[in-house]
Amino acid sequence: MEQTSNSRNTGSVINDFSIQIATVNGSGSQSANAILMRAIFRMGIPVSGKNIFPSNISGLPTWYAIRVSERGYAARKAGIDIGVALNPHSAREDALAVSPGGVLLAESALGLGKLRDDVHCYEVPFSRLAEEVTDNFRLRRLLANMVYVGALTRLLSIDPAEVDAAIRRQFPDKAGAVELNLRALEAGRSHAERHLEKTDPFRLEPRTLTRGRILIDGNGAAALGAMFGGCTVASWYPITPSTSLMEQLQGFMREFRTDPRTLKASFAIIQAEDELAALGMVVGAGWAGARAMTATSGPGISLMAEFSGLAYFAEIPAVVWDVQRLGPSTGLPTRTSQGDLLSCYFLSHGDTRHILLLPATPGECFDFAQQAFNLAERFQTPVICMSDLDLGMNDWVAEEFPYPDHIPLDRGKVLREPDLGAMADFARYLDTDGDGVCPRTLPGNRHPAAPYFTRGSGHNPKAEYSERPGDYARLMERLARKIRGAVPSLPPPVIADGAGGPVGIVAWGSTHAAAQEARDRLREEHGLETGYLRLRSLPPGEDTVRFLERHERVYVVEQNRDGQMRAILQIEFPAAAARLRSVLHCDGIPVDAGSIAGSILEWERKGEDHGE
Amino acid sequence: MASDKPRPGAPNRAGLTIEAYKGRPSTLCNGCGHDAISNQLVRAFYEYGIDPAEVVKFSGIGCSSKTPAYFLGRSFGFNTIHGRMPSVATGALVANRRLKGLAVSGDGDTASIGIGQFVHAMRRNIPLIYILENNGVYGLTKGQFSATADRGSRLKGGGANELPPVDCCALAIELGCGYVARSFAGDPKQLSALLKGAIGHRGTAFIDVLSPCVTFNNHEGSTKSYPYLKGAEEWLHDVGFIPYFEQIAVDYADGTTREIALHDGSRLTLGKLEREYDPTDRLGALAKLRASSEGGTFLTGLFYIHGGKPDFTELLDLDDEPLSALPPERVRPSRGAFERILARLR
Repeated sequence: MEQTSNSRNTGSVINDFSIQIATVNGSGSQSANAILMRAIFRMGIPVSGKNIFPSNISGLPTWYAIRVSERGYAARKAGIDIGVALNPHSAREDALAVSPGGVLLAESALGLGKLRDDVHCYEVPFSRLAEEVTDNFRLRRLLANMVYVGALTRLLSIDPAEVDAAIRRQFPDKAGAVELNLRALEAGRSHAERHLEKTDPFRLEPRTLTRGRILIDGNGAAALGAMFGGCTVASWYPITPSTSLMEQLQGFMREFRTDPRTLKASFAIIQAEDELAALGMVVGAGWAGARAMTATSGPGISLMAEFSGLAYFAEIPAVVWDVQRLGPSTGLPTRTSQGDLLSCYFLSHGDTRHILLLPATPGECFDFAQQAFNLAERFQTPVICMSDLDLGMNDWVAEEFPYPDHIPLDRGKVLREPDLGAMADFARYLDTDGDGVCPRTLPGNRHPAAPYFTRGSGHNPKAEYSERPGDYARLMERLARKIRGAVPSLPPPVIADGAGGPVGIVAWGSTHAAAQEARDRLREEHGLETGYLRLRSLPPGEDTVRFLERHERVYVVEQNRDGQMRAILQIEFPAAAARLRSVLHCDGIPVDAGSIAGSILEWERKGEDHGE
Repeated sequence: MASDKPRPGAPNRAGLTIEAYKGRPSTLCNGCGHDAISNQLVRAFYEYGIDPAEVVKFSGIGCSSKTPAYFLGRSFGFNTIHGRMPSVATGALVANRRLKGLAVSGDGDTASIGIGQFVHAMRRNIPLIYILENNGVYGLTKGQFSATADRGSRLKGGGANELPPVDCCALAIELGCGYVARSFAGDPKQLSALLKGAIGHRGTAFIDVLSPCVTFNNHEGSTKSYPYLKGAEEWLHDVGFIPYFEQIAVDYADGTTREIALHDGSRLTLGKLEREYDPTDRLGALAKLRASSEGGTFLTGLFYIHGGKPDFTELLDLDDEPLSALPPERVRPSRGAFERILARLR
């Protein structure tokens, strides 16, 4: 509706709208949508895409939501400005979902033309036009997608040269595919030119806002970070939405970490039989001195609980990426969530507390993937990186990553043969310098004092079996001290306008995109100034508790049902517990700014009603 | 073939006496079969002259899994979690391909909770000696049946096992393990030869060692007691071992003995008690195991050997240097590589 009023005022809406494309999964729309995204990105306009897909290989409805935003907002935009309807099974619903004043670009055969009189409706025979490009039945289905890209190119004034380039890039070394796609594109474009009279206000204008930026998904960025962070062993079990992290890692490693002369690999990537074994291999490799990682999602995290406890208790480095999806049990495997926070923070039975890194952008995925290894080896403990489906699998515009010279590989306190020198006895769990981190030796060390026996059962500083109450109590106290001592080395929170005031907002992970936009809206549309803190790691540190204390009311925004970050902050900082309120979104669709701003305004109004 | 053995007080080929191969005192029950196996491991590694610094020990959870503390005290060891030892061993041996893996597990740890990891370890052919200390019973939880208990075997407290046993040797052969043997803790000579054969083998070597639990499964009515096993043991062949460093020629009466060459040049000798048995024939080995279990005998010996298979580190085309020891410049690609990647994303 906002767009309609815009169009009335200015005659056009430029570089600020959403496109939602409704297709059938398995029909090849993914490459068409990637081409569309890339072309807009190359026009210099900030763009983001959210793939709302089913847990299914072929035949169910799937949606792709593209948002262009000159201000760089990358969160999902509520409301559909331009709907593209190709799926007969969801056509009516898709057509009705378009915001009034918006555009419906529909397959003519669906007969949607008369359904809405409050939208600009364009009907195009996508399938028939694709039939004219090829006789091949399977290819027609795929090419119908390029026909709608062609029509949009014309309607939205997308630079044809950029679409052309994006097609060539999408199908490298496949001249036949490029040619067919270009023909399908042209069929859509020329049909629109000849038959569609543009009545809607939406269009794109070239900018230079994506200069120095890249378009990348969080999983790809994490995979790159892992490779440049010196990962040598990666073990995994396929699970959506983490699979593409490991598959991209495998691709990068094969290309860049295979010796061109000997063809030998400086890495091992192992597809394990399950997530138990995946983390087991990581623990074995980390124990033996390799930089080892796994990637998984919720159900895998549940299976990794036992090994997480072993790694915590026996003090073995391990890096785990949890690309979160929605729900307990199988839940909604292809939908996003931030629902694993509590279980990961305390993963395993007994007293545990793990270091968590909370990336919010691809840049942080790249950065934290490297830091995670350093932290795991430095503190000899698991480090869990909490990504999610939205961050991990969708494409985001990101600042170009810097070559990571500034992140040297920190291998932690490892004693080699010369370090052991004349030492007759080596005590593996002796805290020699009081920081809770004990020097370790690695298998293969030939010094006679180096070997020790690692165990997940009670042990004394010499790694000997012990059931003595004092040994256990001292060990657990040291482990708690070690993790607390790690906090200053963790990525600190990012704070904006945090000088203090009535209202503060706390967010973490991919919720950041919508939270930032919500703050702008609160300020610009409602005059409500807010302080902002984004947590980038757990356990939280002093900066966080001071921020909480400086604000009367703090809204913790996250994408789960029970307010898991709020609960953790309340545990960690009980004195601030009463000021924390939860703003939650949890239906599997990435949160949008409007719903956050709306919830906060409602809380604030309620507060006034109650005379708070 | 006693000539391969140094006297216990004398240094071996690695310059070490047998003391260097011992561990801490055992805390298992007096007479436990597992202690007999630990003693044979000490002797086998000493006599072979293996440097303990090149060996890493692994175990899961249970009585048997405690034993790596009782041998090879100068080797690194990892007592992992219940049923999950194979994955930890896989990770460690991939991280450092120069290490020799030596794993000890029990029948609960391998055939019940750990059957999945056991199966996949056998498939991968990781460079690991995997010893199953098999007593058919859970000792640490005081005497419940395990999945290797024979049908009809009785618990100490009464009650017979109604379910068929898992035959881990048959599983290992089926899944491509290249060295599969069964032995008895009460048969030190045969066990010693089979352990040394395992040391000389490349890839996974699996030895199922029947090892009676003197406390919970050594009674009348048990098919895993010392008296029962002693009475029922049937040698497939008379196993001997000739290490690579003693290239003695042995004359056998024609057709009585078969020699098996191992990866490191050592040889196993199989006196042909079973004349037709061919340990390189996988289907024959499986048939023999099936016939033995149906006949109620307890067959021991080397069931199957296949030495030519690439191990997992070779399948992964790993660098010759251990992954754990690669310097930063080998594990962080160049700025040029980084630029090429970014260019694709612009």
